Amino acid sequence: MASLDVDGVKAGLAGQDYLADEGLATAVFLALRLQRPLFLEGDAGVGKTEVARALAGWTGGRLVRLQCYEGIDAAQALYEWDHARQLVHLRAAEATGRARSASAEALEGELYDERFLIRRPLLQALSGAAGDAPPVLLVDEVDRADDEFEAFLLEVLADWAVTVPELGTVRAEVPPVTVLTSNRTRDVHDALKRRCLYHWVEQPAFEREVEIVRVRAPEVPEALARQVAAAVAGIRALGLYKPPGVAETIDWARALTLLGRAALDERSAGATLGSVVKYREDQQRVRDHGLDTLLRDAETVAGGP
Amino acid sequence: MRAGRGEQSGRVGPEGSAGRPPGGEGIVVGFVAAVRAAGLPVPTGATVTFGRALAAVGLDRPERVYWAGRATLVQRPEDVPAYDRAFAAYFSGRPVEAEGSLVQTVEVGLDVPDDGADDPGADDGGPAGTDMALRWSPTEVLRHKDLAACTPEEREEAHRLMAGLRVQAALRKSRRRRPDPRGRGRLDPRRSVRRALRDGGELFRPAATRRGERPRRLVVLVDVSGSMEPYSRALVRWAHAAVAARRRGRVEAFALGTRVTRITPALTSHDPDQALRRAADTVADWSGGTRLGDGLRRFNDEWGVRGAARGAVVVILSDGWDRGDPEVLGAEMARLGRVAHRVVWVNPLKASPAYAPLARGMAAALPHVDEFVEGHSVASLEALAAVVGR
Repeated sequence: MASLDVDGVKAGLAGQDYLADEGLATAVFLALRLQRPLFLEGDAGVGKTEVARALAGWTGGRLVRLQCYEGIDAAQALYEWDHARQLVHLRAAEATGRARSASAEALEGELYDERFLIRRPLLQALSGAAGDAPPVLLVDEVDRADDEFEAFLLEVLADWAVTVPELGTVRAEVPPVTVLTSNRTRDVHDALKRRCLYHWVEQPAFEREVEIVRVRAPEVPEALARQVAAAVAGIRALGLYKPPGVAETIDWARALTLLGRAALDERSAGATLGSVVKYREDQQRVRDHGLDTLLRDAETVAGGP
Repeated sequence: MRAGRGEQSGRVGPEGSAGRPPGGEGIVVGFVAAVRAAGLPVPTGATVTFGRALAAVGLDRPERVYWAGRATLVQRPEDVPAYDRAFAAYFSGRPVEAEGSLVQTVEVGLDVPDDGADDPGADDGGPAGTDMALRWSPTEVLRHKDLAACTPEEREEAHRLMAGLRVQAALRKSRRRRPDPRGRGRLDPRRSVRRALRDGGELFRPAATRRGERPRRLVVLVDVSGSMEPYSRALVRWAHAAVAARRRGRVEAFALGTRVTRITPALTSHDPDQALRRAADTVADWSGGTRLGDGLRRFNDEWGVRGAARGAVVVILSDGWDRGDPEVLGAEMARLGRVAHRVVWVNPLKASPAYAPLARGMAAALPHVDEFVEGHSVASLEALAAVVGR
């Protein structure tokens, strides 16, 4: 990795079917080089989570995913003891009569042994061996977790070490490559952001979106990919509640191909609109605007063959 | 001078020896100063990171330098335009232009709305307070006096009264479980094993957890149009009390004008007066005209429906005068009502006995409002605190 540069990152991610633009590639490069977590924000469906997947595929590191949700705590994020097995162990000790002879400390020492430890994502991410490619830690939708969890995460991200009271401190031999994503349903605490590199993931421009569709859904013919990307761009301009993301563009192109359409016409567009526009009001708006107008405009943008 | 530095550093190749910024610290410190001058808060730690980032990407490609700075110095999409300005200015050698000062000295009288309906009772604010003056203490009088009719001194005093308010939104079940001392909830294996260990390996007293409770998020939307000014200042003060009282709950405040401005950060200071001044600074259209529907739509798009208003208690302060299309307002209120736990509309004009919600905007919004309350005086804002906590 010593000779890594921004173009290398672009090529590496492209090898995993992820087309990063200059800004994202630079941010990823810096995250790798400076060993800082990368904080990605952006609208739903622009491919934030996919970055971590592509990174893991490219570097060969293990992908460890931590999906955040409200109320998530250390037991679900870091580690937990396998209590059922611990109880069985206690029972066994009792049955053999060892519980009476062994001291309480000895018994406790047996219970809080590594073999009863369940490693949750954060601890897994800290357990990479020095020689291997660092694991890729994806902390997904961190804005869904609550403040307490954020503070806890901050601690782990700060020194790549956690303390398990019964076992001692676990320190990462290689810090994991870390990607945090947020849909910005709320502002994440500044202190957490300060530890990270920040990148706002934009919707891709037309030509890039076409490329992305081609790479992610190779079965889609080029002409159709261009039409779909152009139509989606048109839909985004309508000012919907929930403008479609790249993921929706890919879905739409796939859906049309599955139906055996080589080109986007009014009928098939109407039938598959649900794969791009997912609110009743939004669908109404698109229909009011007129699918024919939308497609005609898209034709002009798509151009080409 | 700045251009000179640019040339000097331009000679350095991309593979500057790792860890040291090529071209010296000058460009780093100078550019960060420019970014700060453009209005971005850049902590010192970020400057150091930026230096290391520059060392890593090199200086020969301007876009790399640009993105290195974006990744290390910018933390919010709103700050990107300011960063772009600073970048363009610094590397072209021009001084940074700060965005035109937003601070406005506003001295606006009653804004006559071009809404079709009449405006009952806006001008003759606060008749209720004067009768009561004979029987109640001055503080008590002030508590009931219409804020629009208060002298500046009285308003100061009213704001002081509100500093003691305790505002907390209704509770909801949390997903985070807490120990249940009565031992009746779901089994807590972790503590049960601990106890069994103490009891010689026998599980005599299983421990349990139950779901905890947390206050819901409280979202305050303040209409900052001209006629609302005295009330909006008071409600911002009220929101400040909510922020100050927060232990584990969350409060978000937004100013609704011709655009939506998040004023939550301004509310976190301990000095309410300073927080208010800062809120006034960030709201460019404080006391400007309102298109309520558009403002609400922007709020829904950028914050509300994304999550800020989900399951939250939403308080809207407005008189319902809308210069835009009432249909837009109605649709946006419906959208908000679908994600929020409860929507409370505070209309200071409601206190007037003659008031009927005739404003077209108000009429369009009302079907989607759970509670419609007045908010013209300190006492009514105290009552609002109770409504929000229900």
